[in-house]
Amino acid sequence: MPELAGAIQEAARKLLEEKKVDVVIGFAPGTLPLRSTPCFVHRPEDAAGLTWNRSCENNLANYLRKRTDKVAVVAKGCDSRSIIELIKENQINRENLVIIGVPCAGMIDRKKVDRRLAGKELLAAEESGDSIVLKGDGFTETIPVNELLHDSCLSCRHPNPALYDLLVGELLPEKGGDDFADVAAFEAKAPAERRAILTEEFSRCIRCYACRQACPMCYCEECFVDCSTPQWIGKSSDARDNMLFQAVRVLHSAGRCADCGACERACPMGLSLRNLTRKMVKDVQELFGYEAGANLEDKPALADFKAEDPQPFLIEE
Amino acid sequence: MLINKNELAGFLDQLMSRYQVFAPVKEADYTNFKQISSGTEATLDYSNTKIPPKGILFPQTEKLFSYSCGTEGAQVQECIDQQKKVVFGIRPCDAKSLVLLDNVFNNDKYQDPYYLTRRENTILVGLGCNRPAGTCFCTSLGGGPFDTTGLDALLVDTGDKYVVEILTERGRELFSGTTLPEAGEADRAAAAAVKETATVSCTVNLDGVKAKLDTDFYDPIWDGLHEKCLGCAVCTYTCPTCHCFDIVDDAVDANGCRVRNWDACMFPLFTLHGSGHNPRPTGKERFRQRVMHKFKYFVDNYNVMACVGCGRCIKNCPVNLDIRAILAEIQGSEARLDK
Ligand code: SF4
Ligand code: SF4
Ligand code: SF4
Ligand code: SF4
Repeated sequence: MPELAGAIQEAARKLLEEKKVDVVIGFAPGTLPLRSTPCFVHRPEDAAGLTWNRSCENNLANYLRKRTDKVAVVAKGCDSRSIIELIKENQINRENLVIIGVPCAGMIDRKKVDRRLAGKELLAAEESGDSIVLKGDGFTETIPVNELLHDSCLSCRHPNPALYDLLVGELLPEKGGDDFADVAAFEAKAPAERRAILTEEFSRCIRCYACRQACPMCYCEECFVDCSTPQWIGKSSDARDNMLFQAVRVLHSAGRCADCGACERACPMGLSLRNLTRKMVKDVQELFGYEAGANLEDKPALADFKAEDPQPFLIEE
Repeated sequence: MLINKNELAGFLDQLMSRYQVFAPVKEADYTNFKQISSGTEATLDYSNTKIPPKGILFPQTEKLFSYSCGTEGAQVQECIDQQKKVVFGIRPCDAKSLVLLDNVFNNDKYQDPYYLTRRENTILVGLGCNRPAGTCFCTSLGGGPFDTTGLDALLVDTGDKYVVEILTERGRELFSGTTLPEAGEADRAAAAAVKETATVSCTVNLDGVKAKLDTDFYDPIWDGLHEKCLGCAVCTYTCPTCHCFDIVDDAVDANGCRVRNWDACMFPLFTLHGSGHNPRPTGKERFRQRVMHKFKYFVDNYNVMACVGCGRCIKNCPVNLDIRAILAEIQGSEARLDK
């Protein structure tokens, strides 16, 4: 994807040169194989440091809230959907934002790469068409990209930016609706089994809050876990408290979560957080017909009321 | 002495009758130190654990004492862990990190009985690193893949066996009650050869870093370094040398316990005062604190940097904010040394 990187650099340089923005937020090559890193470019001559490839996995919408400067941001499909929600929530001043949209063919999940390498250390990687060539001490393995993409990219329906001012590259074909088969499979389990799975999972949580910090929609001035009067939740790392933290975090993102997967990507312990966030996304779609980040026009699910909204918890039918 | 790999599990079983044994155990996609209940649970075929073993001596959540109020008045029960422990297969960098932590928990001003009692009762059996990872830079901080700092014994993997080097009296005590074969000339030569070939390819130049950090707290370099940092606790909780904690009461009415939890300088709550004032109000001040604490304040206090080059913060940071790059920027910066 060097052409896309070139086009992003060009767009960034121009925006900075013409003083249309103070900073361009994009990606630069990282320090590990298959790793790009968020990058803040303030001077036109530094735009050449921007890149685009299959390891630009962070959701850059996270850096856009409450800024007072003029910003341009490189946004793939999911970043743009989070941006739309943040605009609706008055966290972003649209007038001060230039969105450089990039259609996204999916990002690589390094955990899947590590699993494939079964303990061997990845020292270098190259994209080669629809495959990734992985190299290390005494091995070279070529693996189809599809087998290494993040689950959120495999289930993503909207690879194209939903909102942009400049488009880099060509729009990709949109995919059909999400069948939420993964959520349905989890729902089908008995409550005790679901509980057992979640307890095992969250016993590994270290309460580092990387999930919360990486989520563009988690921006409460004071997170409920940080309150001390009253204290809503135990401060210690304990499977039940860890689960409670996650359950509340997910509920707080109802109708706002764009299913970008940033929380799960950030989690150092590899917990399946999308198992919970997608349940919420599915419920909001089914109950209120709302899809976060689809467009600027629809009223957010939490800000809208329709007489026909289901409300079984209020009225016995 | 020698441990044949196919006899390792049996050997650990023997140790378990005398000690609590902690060893790397496979968990999800990584390994972590866990107390094992059978030698077969241990896997020494690992590069570095996800979470450092510091938690064995300084647990993420540690009950200090419990209290209750009844008709006989207040009762307090202190929880000092006096169990004898062995940490088996600890990497040299992680062992060195415990020597650094000793400065914090045992100095002129404070002696922490919780940490120190565990420390006194814990024997560290190291595992040398035949193949250091690309993110390891221990040699830049005075360590090395077969460094013995802090260890009571060191294992050298020579293929189908571990050659055991006893380093201290405590190490001798641990191995004395066991029935291991002696290492022969050939085994010792094989161990020496392994040590020769292991190379740490990554180096970090720390010359002048402390001097730069000493000069200008308000250097403009801090305006940019933290920009992409999310302010999570991944780098601090996975760091073997980070040791900040918070103390809370976990109680219902007047009955409960006092608990010590890991804390992280990257959290907004870390230095938030009761008044609402926060001397480190933004990510910039918090990020500067993390770097300053490791590479300046710890040196001021204990004459050593609070980093062992294990690479965990590099591998786990969700935005690839690489401490090596930060140190290089500080090192090469124009930070004025004349102030
Ligand atoms: S909850 Fe997770 S998936 Fe949803 S918007 Fe936040 S980071 Fe993205
Ligand atoms: S990122 Fe993972 S380990 Fe950290 S608090 Fe969130 S769920 Fe827990
Ligand atoms: S440097 Fe990385 S791991 Fe550390 S707080 Fe910032 S984002 Fe989290
Ligand atoms: S700062 Fe990073 S490399 Fe150094 S000891 Fe801590 S986790 Fe390891």
